[in-house]
Amino acid sequence: MATRQTQGLARLMRAPAIILLFVWMIVPLCMTLYYSFLNYNMLNPGMTSWAGWFNYQYFYTDPAFLESIRNTLVLVLGVLFITVVGGTFIAMLIDKPIWGQGIVRILVISPFFVMPPVAALIWKNMIMHPSYGVLADVARFFGVQPVDWFAQYPLTSIILIVAWQWLPFATLILLTSLQSLDTEQMEAAEMDGAPAYSRFFYLVLPHMARAITVVILIQTIFLLGIYAEILVTTNGGPGTASTNLTFLIYRAARLNFDIGGAAAGGIIAVILANLVAIFLMRAVGRNLD
Amino acid sequence: MGQITLQGVAKRFGEVEVIPPLDLTIEDGEFVVFVGPSGCGKSTLLRLIAGLEDVSGGRILIDGKDATDASPAKRGLAMVFQSYALYPHMSVRKNIAFPMKMAGMPKPEQDRRIEAAAKALNLTSYLDRRPGQLSGGQRQRVAIGRAIVREPSAFLFDEPLSNLDAALRVGMRLEISELHNRLKTTMIYVTHDQVEAMTMADKIVVLQAGRIEQVGSPLDLYHAPKNVFVAGFIGSPRMNLFTGAVAADYGAQTIGVRPEHIRISATTGKWQGRVGVSEHLGSDSFFYVEGTGLAETVTVRSGGEVGLRHGDTVWLTPDEGKIHKFDTNGDRI
Repeated sequence: MATRQTQGLARLMRAPAIILLFVWMIVPLCMTLYYSFLNYNMLNPGMTSWAGWFNYQYFYTDPAFLESIRNTLVLVLGVLFITVVGGTFIAMLIDKPIWGQGIVRILVISPFFVMPPVAALIWKNMIMHPSYGVLADVARFFGVQPVDWFAQYPLTSIILIVAWQWLPFATLILLTSLQSLDTEQMEAAEMDGAPAYSRFFYLVLPHMARAITVVILIQTIFLLGIYAEILVTTNGGPGTASTNLTFLIYRAARLNFDIGGAAAGGIIAVILANLVAIFLMRAVGRNLD
Repeated sequence: MGQITLQGVAKRFGEVEVIPPLDLTIEDGEFVVFVGPSGCGKSTLLRLIAGLEDVSGGRILIDGKDATDASPAKRGLAMVFQSYALYPHMSVRKNIAFPMKMAGMPKPEQDRRIEAAAKALNLTSYLDRRPGQLSGGQRQRVAIGRAIVREPSAFLFDEPLSNLDAALRVGMRLEISELHNRLKTTMIYVTHDQVEAMTMADKIVVLQAGRIEQVGSPLDLYHAPKNVFVAGFIGSPRMNLFTGAVAADYGAQTIGVRPEHIRISATTGKWQGRVGVSEHLGSDSFFYVEGTGLAETVTVRSGGEVGLRHGDTVWLTPDEGKIHKFDTNGDRI
C-alpha cells in the first residue's frame, strides 16, 4: 500500500534520523578539512593562520609517513590472513559434535570480550615479556635464548595480539555459515567420490565465500584504526617500526600538539580507507550479491 | 551388474535398534521399492546400502563382494537425494561433471557423457545455468543426470519426488520408469507413497519399524497381503478391516475387504448402512458408509455414476472370494 502519500510521510519520518547521522558525519569531516589547512598548534592556540597545503606537505614528507602506511597495510593483511585461515580451521573443528561443545564454543569466543588495552597488556606483561612471560619460560625450558618480542619483532607481535582478539569474531561468523551447509550436499559429494580436501575446496569454501567476505569487510574497517594495542605495547617503536597511520596522527596531535598536521593526516587516512574499501568491494564484493 | 545382498544387516543408534537384523537380496536389474510409513527405517536402510551410515551388524555384498566396510565412493552406487543435493555454485554442466572429475576421467569422455545425459534428460539448453535458476523437476533431472554419468552398478533414490507437485510427480515417475527400462540397471527406490511403489516396482519391500513385513511383486502384495499391516498399507483407498462377530463368522480374528470388492446397492445386500461422505471422480465413486456396525466407516468403490446421496440407506455385499482373513497374530490364514 505504498501510495505516494505514505511514501512522502515515510520520508518525513525518516528524515530526523538521517539528518542527525549526516550532520554527525559531515561536521567533523568539514572541521578536520578546515583545520588541515591551518597553522594551528595547541602550544600556541591564539596564533592560527592559513597554511595552504603546508600541513599535507609536512605530513607527507615525514620520514615515518610511508612506513606508517606500509605498517597499516601489513597489519590489516596479516591479521586478516590469520583470522580467516585460523577462523575457518577452528570453526570446522568446533562444528563437529563433541562432548562439552557449549563450553568449548564459549571459551573460543571469550577473547572477543577482553578490552583491547587489557588484552595488549596481558600479552605484553604475561605472555611476551622477555624475562617473565610465558613464552620466555617455554624458551628457557628448551634452553633457548628468550625472544624479546616487542624489540625484535614489534609489528609481528602486534599482529599476533590483534589476530588473537579478532579470531573469535571470524570463527563465530564462519561457524554459523558452516552450520548452514546442507549435509545432503556433502553426502552427495562423498558418493561422487570426492575426498575430504576436494569437498572442502569445491563445496565448503564456495559456501562460506559470503561469510568470509563479511569477515574481511568488517574487520578491515576496525583494523585500519588499530591504536590502543600499539600505545600500550610498543608505543610505535622501536623508532617507527610499529607505527601505523592512526598512531602517526596521534603522535602529531597529542605529542607535538600539531592540530593542523594531525588533521591533514586524518584526511589522508580517510582517503586511504576509501581506497582500501574500493579495492575490497571490487575484489570480494560480488560475493555479497 | 548390480546384485546387492544384505545378510543380517542391523542398525542401532546408541541403545535404539532402528533396524533389527534383516536379510534381503536385490537381483541385478531389478527395480526395488522400499515402502513404509515414515520412521519405519526405509531411508536408513538405503543409507546403509549407500555406505553413508555404518552397519551395526551383518554384511552387505555388492556383486558377491563384501562391501560392508567400503567407503561410499568405492561401492559403485549413485544416489539421488530428496533435496536433490545439487552443488549450488556450479553450473548444471559442472554438477553433472563433478563425479567424473573426481574420478579423473579424461575431458573428452566427460563431455561425451554429459551431452548424452543432457540429451536423454532434456537438459541440453540448461547446461550453463545454475541449479537455483531451475524448476523442481529440472533440478531432479540434473540430480539424475549426475547419477547416470557415473554408470553405477545400482541407483539409489531417496524419496526423490516428494518435493514436487502432484502433476510433475506423475511425469517424473514415468520418466524414472522409462529410464529403468532403458538402462536395465538395478534401482532401489525409497518412498512412503504406496502409489509410487505399486506403479514403479518390480519388487516391493514393505517395512515397518525396521522389519521387513513382506517382499513381493505389486500384485502379490495386493492379492495376498501376508498380514494386517501390509493389507492396510497397500491399496488406495485402504482396505476395510473388520474385527468381532463378522470376522468370527469367517473363522478369523480380522477380515479385510478392499473397497473395490464391495458392491453397493440401494435395495438389497448383506450389510445395511447409511451413506456418509461420497466422492465422485467421474470414472469412480467412493462412498464412506456409516452405521453398519462393522467399523466406523466402510469405504466402498463403485464404477461410474451411482445415484446415491448423503444419508441414503444402502446395502453392502462383499465379494466372498476376495475376503482376506487374518488370525490373532495378524497373519494371513
